[in-house]
Amino acid sequence: MIKEEIVATYIPNTREEQLAMLNEIGYKDFDDLFKHIPADAKVKGELNLPSGKSELEVDAIVQGLANKNVVFRSIFRGAGAYNHYVPATVDAIANKEEFLTAYTPYQAEISQGILQSIFEYQTMVAELTGMDIANASMYDGASAAAEACNMFKDRKHSTIYVSDAVDKRILKVIETYSFGRNTKVCVVPSKDGVTDKAALKEMLEADAESACFLMQYPNFNGIVENADELCQITHDADTKFIMYVQPLALGALKTPGEIGADVCVGEGQPLGLGLEFGGPYLGLLAANAKFMRQIPGRLIGETVDSKGDRGFVLTLQAREQHIRREKASSNICSNEALCALRAGIYLATIGPKGLKDVATLCSSKAHYLAEELGKVGLKLAYDGEFWNEFVTTCPDADKLLKALGDKGILGGLKLEDGNILWACTEMNTKADIDEVVAIAKEVF
Amino acid sequence: MKLIFEKSIPGRGQQIFPACDVPEVLPKVELRKSVAHLPEISENEMGRHYTALAKRAHGVNDGFYPLGSCTMKHNPRINEKMASLPGFTKLHPLQPACSVKGANELITGLEKALCEITGMDGVTFQPAAGAHGEFTGLLFIKSYHESRGDHERNEIIVPDSAHGTNPASATMAGYKTVEIKSNDKGMVDIESLKAHLGPKTAGLMLTNPNTVGLFDENIMEITKLVHEAGGLCYYDGANLNAVMGVVRPADIGFDVIHMNLHKTFSTPHGGGGPGSGPCGYKAFLAPFAPGLVSRDGGEYTRAEKSFGNMTGFYGNFLVMVKAYTYILTLGKEGIPAAAKNAVLNANYMQEKLKDLYPVAYDTTCMHEFVLCLEEIHKNDKVSALDVAKALLDYGIHPPTMYFPLIVHEALMIEPTETETKETLDEAITAFREIYEQIKNAPEAVCACPQTTPVLRLDEVKAAREPVLKYQF
Repeated sequence: MIKEEIVATYIPNTREEQLAMLNEIGYKDFDDLFKHIPADAKVKGELNLPSGKSELEVDAIVQGLANKNVVFRSIFRGAGAYNHYVPATVDAIANKEEFLTAYTPYQAEISQGILQSIFEYQTMVAELTGMDIANASMYDGASAAAEACNMFKDRKHSTIYVSDAVDKRILKVIETYSFGRNTKVCVVPSKDGVTDKAALKEMLEADAESACFLMQYPNFNGIVENADELCQITHDADTKFIMYVQPLALGALKTPGEIGADVCVGEGQPLGLGLEFGGPYLGLLAANAKFMRQIPGRLIGETVDSKGDRGFVLTLQAREQHIRREKASSNICSNEALCALRAGIYLATIGPKGLKDVATLCSSKAHYLAEELGKVGLKLAYDGEFWNEFVTTCPDADKLLKALGDKGILGGLKLEDGNILWACTEMNTKADIDEVVAIAKEVF
Repeated sequence: MKLIFEKSIPGRGQQIFPACDVPEVLPKVELRKSVAHLPEISENEMGRHYTALAKRAHGVNDGFYPLGSCTMKHNPRINEKMASLPGFTKLHPLQPACSVKGANELITGLEKALCEITGMDGVTFQPAAGAHGEFTGLLFIKSYHESRGDHERNEIIVPDSAHGTNPASATMAGYKTVEIKSNDKGMVDIESLKAHLGPKTAGLMLTNPNTVGLFDENIMEITKLVHEAGGLCYYDGANLNAVMGVVRPADIGFDVIHMNLHKTFSTPHGGGGPGSGPCGYKAFLAPFAPGLVSRDGGEYTRAEKSFGNMTGFYGNFLVMVKAYTYILTLGKEGIPAAAKNAVLNANYMQEKLKDLYPVAYDTTCMHEFVLCLEEIHKNDKVSALDVAKALLDYGIHPPTMYFPLIVHEALMIEPTETETKETLDEAITAFREIYEQIKNAPEAVCACPQTTPVLRLDEVKAAREPVLKYQF
């Protein structure tokens, strides 16, 4: 219970002060202040909610809910959310209240800290992806993909092509945005776990209205597809090429910039964000400079102040909703600035060498797990080269996953066909992997 | 100050990752040739870099933040503590439903509380921010009309005072925006509304209290008229802080609504997100709800005619944890008390400023009010922007400028309920001193700010010669 003398938690003014203020500006009481609201619009009586509680009581209630969840000690599940290490610097810096409690940096003179941190983030994302420019962030990977697809809708181009080897969760969000925008989404079939190139070529050539093609890299099955070929086929058909990436894979793999992608999007969660039950995450969006004025979302640009000193501002705002209203490139306003800050801190902490190290660690652990699982009969479902995720067959996925779960291990994700999608990160030690394999051996 | 890249020295860095304990293998594909120019910097230097950046930012704890329409209230520490519990942060979104019962119980509890506050029957947490919630709400409306075979309705009515996100969201949902005029009291002009309602009307988007901080006294008639024309009513919850516990959007005729958890429910704004824009809906819209939901600890299910997903998983979960913590803390007494004190603080400031700075609509306001500096600009050549910049030298974050568009030279002030009378009085004094200066030395006001880390910035140059990343 809240002490009676306090009006309510977080309200500083006392009842006496409130009354004095009311009287000072000509109102008898709160009823008088609210008398202009029609009576039939007002809530009758109290809300049907519990009474307010002290901090200690609230702490206990919410802790109780947290304790009802299972925290696995060892995680081999990815499929869009990855258990990467978050360096101590990330929480320490991102939790500074100046970053935490600021609004969008509209007033540049007192927001240089936020603006510069995002400018640095934009630079790091451009460097990571090899693209010319990056925006200040989107909600998450899937919504970034959906917005990217809609960048290329015009009167003559309204079909969006998405590979069947893309995560169905991403496809779902693209389809939802397309339901809004009245665009058409076509799924390009896959073969042997990768995009069917011949089908892609045929579909794009037959459609004069194709706007873009989106692939995932590595794809949902973990396979690193030949993006150069897909890019060539797409560009030959005068269609824009969009890559959806796992950013840490780019510590090793050829970048979207090197491949020639028009836009690169991705889920930024691996860059210093926890698993967090799915959010808040971070939508990455980077592009070729020629699409600068079609990019959705905030962009921070460098400029000078009246003394000629360097400073940063929100720029190219003529694309945005508060200026352009119904003609804006997107309705996005708030994005995921604090998550972008985390990603910037993460990348600055690990540096170029750490980026390469973590990409190598993820790949190596995954290949070791794949090989060891193969020895106990869980064979790779596809031939394609993979980075940190791969699909194996499994005689009884439910049984294996349960056995792992009983030991505090979150195994791979069971797919519709009964196969399992496994993921490794730098967090999985050789001992953890050997334990999984030993349990699999025991089960089958 | 230097950029982090300018502090980077090759060979420096931090040891985060261990040596590889299995054979090193990379996929046999083409690998990256270019080196990513990421900073190479020690932990100490990096810590100082970001501390310097933090000193060049202004958060709620740095000073008064009356940014209209943004509800920059105090962000409680307990919210952050709860959202950092490993029982929440270490959950994989694709863990079995039976292993995340506490998380789903929290989501369901928050849904129930928000239903009670808004009068709605269900809430989806899929949207990651307010504008995302608007888009979601419009997809509910679109799904509803389409399910009835009513394909002619392609117009969304939006008042000229609306947030820019409203028309932008309407476009994303495939609708044509029809703008209606506000009347001389700053409210919806009923005749203009009637003239635009018809068989093409899909719905109306309305903020109430509206963007000039006024509660629309004709609200019951407005929503009735829209319904009679076959349209649905969408409530933009940006200003819910003014009426929570006092007025429920569902009770005044709204069918679908979004809320900004990062405003009204005090999960912080983070310098521009992450937010959370849950969308509340009446029961007849429930079949269209997006996303997967686990109720009572059961498996995940999807609504029968769901229009899809707005985000990859379940929305911004940790933001929900903070909002739930906040609602538990405030409770049934604290929620209306917060709204009432927010309205009191706004009216107090309005009353103490309006003799010098004309108010756009001189009447009882809700949680915010709008000053109109048109006359001052004309007579003294000092603009709303100049006054805003002058406030910076007082350590006050300026109000929202040049919005809503129906008020010229607008300054929109929202003090919020968590500010003391002393803080309001200090800000009032600042505004009044600036007014004195406008009259005595207007050029000095136009030269503000003088005490900030940088002076006024050249926005034209930034847009004409865009530099969006560091040039190595």
